[in-house]
Amino acid sequence: MATTEKMSKTTTPTHWDADIPVNYVYTYGLAGEAFFRAIKDRGTFLGTRCDACDITYVPPKAYCDRCLEALDKYIDVGTVGYVDTFTVSFKNMDGSEKPRPRILAMIKIEGTDGGIIHYLDGISIEEVALGLPVQAIFKPKAQRKGGIEDIIGFGPVKR
Amino acid sequence: MGMRKVAIVGAGITKFVRRAQETGKELSWQASKMALDSCGLTLDDVDMVTLGTAPDAFDGVHMKGEYLADGAGGCRKPYMRHYVGGGTGVFSPIHGWFHVASGMADICLVVAEEKMSSCHPHPQGAFLTIFDHTTEQPLKPTLIWIFALEMNRYMQAYGLSKADIARVSVKNKGNALDHPSAQVAEKITVEDVLASETLCWPVNRLDISPASDGAAAVVLASERVARRLTDKPVWIDGVGFSIDTAYWGTRDLSYPRYVETAARMAYDMAGIKEPAKEIHIAEPYDPFDYKELHHMEGLMLCPRGEAARLTAEGYTARDGNLPICPSGGALGVGNPIAATGLMKVIEIFLQLRGEAGKRQVPGKPTCGLAQAWGDLMQMGTVIVLRS
Amino acid sequence: MELEKYKLGGTHLKSSDFEKGKVLTTAWQPNLAYTWDNGVAIGRYLDELKNGRIIARVCHECHRIMLPPRMFCELCFRPTDEWMYVQDTGVVSTFSVARVNWDASRRGPKEPPLLPAVIEIDGATKGMGILHMLGEVDPDDIKAGMKVRAVWKKSEDRTGAITDILYFKPLRAAASKKAPARRKR
Repeated sequence: MATTEKMSKTTTPTHWDADIPVNYVYTYGLAGEAFFRAIKDRGTFLGTRCDACDITYVPPKAYCDRCLEALDKYIDVGTVGYVDTFTVSFKNMDGSEKPRPRILAMIKIEGTDGGIIHYLDGISIEEVALGLPVQAIFKPKAQRKGGIEDIIGFGPVKR
Repeated sequence: MGMRKVAIVGAGITKFVRRAQETGKELSWQASKMALDSCGLTLDDVDMVTLGTAPDAFDGVHMKGEYLADGAGGCRKPYMRHYVGGGTGVFSPIHGWFHVASGMADICLVVAEEKMSSCHPHPQGAFLTIFDHTTEQPLKPTLIWIFALEMNRYMQAYGLSKADIARVSVKNKGNALDHPSAQVAEKITVEDVLASETLCWPVNRLDISPASDGAAAVVLASERVARRLTDKPVWIDGVGFSIDTAYWGTRDLSYPRYVETAARMAYDMAGIKEPAKEIHIAEPYDPFDYKELHHMEGLMLCPRGEAARLTAEGYTARDGNLPICPSGGALGVGNPIAATGLMKVIEIFLQLRGEAGKRQVPGKPTCGLAQAWGDLMQMGTVIVLRS
Repeated sequence: MELEKYKLGGTHLKSSDFEKGKVLTTAWQPNLAYTWDNGVAIGRYLDELKNGRIIARVCHECHRIMLPPRMFCELCFRPTDEWMYVQDTGVVSTFSVARVNWDASRRGPKEPPLLPAVIEIDGATKGMGILHMLGEVDPDDIKAGMKVRAVWKKSEDRTGAITDILYFKPLRAAASKKAPARRKR
């Protein structure tokens, strides 16, 4: 009798259901702490720069991943950037329709090599384009907790 | 076998702490940078990078090797993560050894990282998934159960008492007082261990190593490169690894046969016939105090059932005939799983170079080994080093 | 190099650093549920547990009667050959008296300790143990080598799960008046 035959004529298929009941609390690390403190307290973005490799990291990194040198001088890079790429999301995680489509974009911060992924706010599907200048919109200071959700989204640049 | 000789030429380590502010990437970077600095190299000199880190469930990051790559110096380089449970940290330099011994790399950076503190309510919860999901998990096991069951079996097999085993914890926590990375170094007595909280009899709180965050790194080099970089290369003369079945209830829990298999592989390669005489110093894995004894026997450093007596006689103390865990081990320095194994390799590296500071054992040892152990009590990893 | 000459990384945080908001954090609750196929061997094992019986699988090459049952022999690396019912009695190979739960939380002062054990089931090859619990026994009376019997859920409550066996209890009252002084566990 072949193995497959032995294995197929013995029982009905059944299964066992369970989950893994753990949760996580993350610290932001040395550079992440500085980045989210600046968002929370001052409503601005920080970066770090490696002169040797000519890279400005946003969000900041504590080290340059090209040469592993320490980067501990934080620079204020402001909140203005441009749309590097974007996608339009029509559905929720569970597959249901969103009441209105939302645009998720990679925002490159002006004058840096880094970017932040976030929603666009106050920019329509007709208006969005690669290279469109945008600016971060923060929650009111009192509501900011020091996290990526302190940013409501990126909207038109205020002149 | 046509393999090239491989040396350890540099090392780096962070402090081991219960909860680090640094991310796993940042811990990896701190250890990697220190290792490169210690032998005067930069990332440009590194041909390949290997990284060891234990379960993804500690971090909830299901591509942990890739996530950590930039901190480990792996960006834009041949880079690979390995994982053999608690055996990972000693497998890390073995993985790097493949790269250099084969001729694929002249310099390989080897990094081991663990950040256990992100996992709540306790990192032990992540271990639920190592038990069979259908025949064991419904009984709601904790990791400590299997250690308790194994320790009890070991005690019965050789008629050992809890006090016999507690001496290991006393020794290692004391040794760790001289280790700059140590998390739980302490001068304690056997009575303290016995009086500490009973978690799962026969395991008390002070029989166990803590949960930790930390990272370690070493730089491996081919013979030609190593001789130019340092006057004191430490050679990887033997490597071994072996796994037994995950049907752990089927195994003889009183003896780690898989550790013996791994040790025989490493000893054959290093030309070691009588390990108890030829090995001068050893760092077996000691996440629980009885494990050090269990592993000494599996490594054939003493006859079966004799390790506790030798410990009581001071044979395994830092100034004894065969110093065991002179670093302070997982019990004293702390136990960020993968990083612990590599910490042990680094300790042997420093001891053989005569650079272990206050921890230096007397007698100028020239041959040492480090060993780790893991998964469902089934994996053994062994490395033999010579100066 | 000596470690003592380096400034080592790793910044230790205290609980109070979190409580006082000295350090920022973000939390994540994964919501992952799994459906694991039982496969042939464990499927039948669970079906038989529902019937109140323990079934093993035999390899004709190494002659092992294996628990839990498996469709291939991991030592001979060939298909196993037949099913075989074994007893619902066995011998305690090793055990623990556990005062912590799966998540390392402590059991309350009024909660009895958990009594996990490896039990070598009668009829299976010697050394083929399974993880289960002990019950109806004083923790101080448990001994390795003790004979035990499965205590089953009532047949209508059984679901085809390892927990259809509630626990294993001693075959006879274990404590003897002549027994040596008991060590407190």
